[in-house]
Amino acid sequence: MNILSQARRSLGQADPNFGAPLDTTKGTILYVEGITVSFDGFRALNNLNLYIDEGELRCIIGPNGAGKTTMMDVITGKTKPDEGSVFFGQQINLLELSEHQIARGGIGRKFQKPTIFEALSVYENLELATAADKRVWWTLTQQLNSAQKYRIDEVLLQIGLQEHRYKNAGALSHGQKQWLEIGMLLMQNPRVLLVDEPVAGMTGEETEKTAELLLSLAGDHSVIVVEHDMKFVRSIARKVTVLHQGSVLTEGTMDQVQNDPKVIEVYLGE
Amino acid sequence: MLTQRLLLSDRGGMIVLGLVLLAMVLVPICNILVPETSSLHISTFMVTLLGKFLCYALLALAVDLIWGYCGILSLGHGAFFALGGYAMGMYLMRQIGPRGQYGDPLLPDFMVFLNWKELPWYWQGFDMFWFAMLMVIVIPGLLAFVFGWLAFRSRVTGVYFSIITQALTYALLLAFFRNEMGFGGNNGLTDFKDILGFPIAANGTRISLFLASGFMLIIAYIACRYIVTSRMGKIIVSIRDAESRTRFCGYKVESYKLWLFVFSAILAGIAGALYVPQVGIINPGEFSPLNSIELVVWVATGGRGTLFGAIVGAFTVNYGKTIFTSYSPETWLFALGALFVIVTLVLPKGLVGLFNRNKKVPAKINTTAEPTNSTAETAKENV
Repeated sequence: MNILSQARRSLGQADPNFGAPLDTTKGTILYVEGITVSFDGFRALNNLNLYIDEGELRCIIGPNGAGKTTMMDVITGKTKPDEGSVFFGQQINLLELSEHQIARGGIGRKFQKPTIFEALSVYENLELATAADKRVWWTLTQQLNSAQKYRIDEVLLQIGLQEHRYKNAGALSHGQKQWLEIGMLLMQNPRVLLVDEPVAGMTGEETEKTAELLLSLAGDHSVIVVEHDMKFVRSIARKVTVLHQGSVLTEGTMDQVQNDPKVIEVYLGE
Repeated sequence: MLTQRLLLSDRGGMIVLGLVLLAMVLVPICNILVPETSSLHISTFMVTLLGKFLCYALLALAVDLIWGYCGILSLGHGAFFALGGYAMGMYLMRQIGPRGQYGDPLLPDFMVFLNWKELPWYWQGFDMFWFAMLMVIVIPGLLAFVFGWLAFRSRVTGVYFSIITQALTYALLLAFFRNEMGFGGNNGLTDFKDILGFPIAANGTRISLFLASGFMLIIAYIACRYIVTSRMGKIIVSIRDAESRTRFCGYKVESYKLWLFVFSAILAGIAGALYVPQVGIINPGEFSPLNSIELVVWVATGGRGTLFGAIVGAFTVNYGKTIFTSYSPETWLFALGALFVIVTLVLPKGLVGLFNRNKKVPAKINTTAEPTNSTAETAKENV
């Protein structure tokens, strides 16, 4: 019975109507409410509430094990929570959708470790990420149209890799790989970007460029950045959310957060 | 444009396909026109042997498509090969008609022997060639679809997938061994008389089967090239290298894996169907897990992820096996095991990789320059 109902779901599951403009009349694009996730009794997320406004740049910080990555897993459909709800705009319930549908719908995710298609060229990486019909049979005959090619050039410029377009992605430097991955998110025309530790392992110069890139993206997109590097967070942050033991400890500007006694206690110990 | 994409840009494939075509011209000539006394004469035994190798090459191609390009290591592809073979075997059994030992006009000998009174329902229709050919495609395809759907949906990957495919072929082996299954049990299906009205052991039939195998291999090769050079091909490679990234790019990874797996199983089934009339028998031994593993060794030896490497591997290993088993049959398995170890340690890219390594510099420039040119050209065209 279980298999049958799953079969029906996976065969008959239609994409929600992402073509319609996303209903963000309240100014909020992502509603994460009362999320609880347990792994074998360990509560990775505990009644987490988070609201992201349209076009905002939000930094999320927190000590190891605070639940930052699990939160991203829930939003992108990788992990299904035990309780709570996640809404994209006013209408779309993300918990009912699978990863590829959420990605098609406009939520892009960058992984902690740069994950790109190393066997393909930079251009092909962006080509695959292009927003297009992604059903199996279509991809057998599909070619890029001129609008899509134009968009790839645009993104190449934005991420600063236009000179490396035909280079094998595996041959890029660590920082360039990170930018390429961000570029791949952009090709999907996302409304929300989830960016996990974008500057880990980057040189100072690369970190600066990344900060510029992320700042330029905010406004057109909502950007959620999870990062450990406090100096980097300070340089880009407008609003900071601190996670601790699976729930929000506090929210505010960087200064407010850094002077919050609760935050100091969590970071520096009792 | 399309020939450029499918063939001209694939030098190794051109060479291998060229050799196959050459063999398809020379072998019939050397068999029919060259007198037996000449040293250039190719015996009918040799023709059949080469035909068998062509079927193996087709099977290896099917495995390379999913393993080399999508990273799905199936250790049960022999099962699809055998199922295609059984479908063909059932047609050939029905063609025997009253010429069997017991002379029953409808029932194959083994059913008479088992005291069966009527033909089981699943043997109906196999007297028609078109129906049997349809089943050659449908049965392996359907099994692959159901099996793949269950496995990929549950995100079974890597070694776990390999193990359950191995279990699949082993389960089928045990099932086909049973007489009650109605597929001739231990002995399988044999004693074939003719195919499409032509006597199966005749010279002309052997050559036709050899040519059919060659044509099928070429068609399948071009179809596989079409897939791997399309956008779908790039997505498949992406799934191999970074599955979750592909998923978060908005691709339904399970569907891609599933359809590729089904296509590969169908190719394996066709290979089996061409194989059976040439060897004259199909029995449950073809389901043996060992066969499926050996098949993976062919692909690894030839060089995976190149398509033509699979053909090279299938021919090399099987030719080696033919030579080896005629001198010292007991040690063949040791030699096969040693070959696998050596290839894994010394030749991770297989024999084909060896060929490329000798010409390291030009090959490297080629691989990076080619996509550059083609993408640059297409980019220019559309500006």
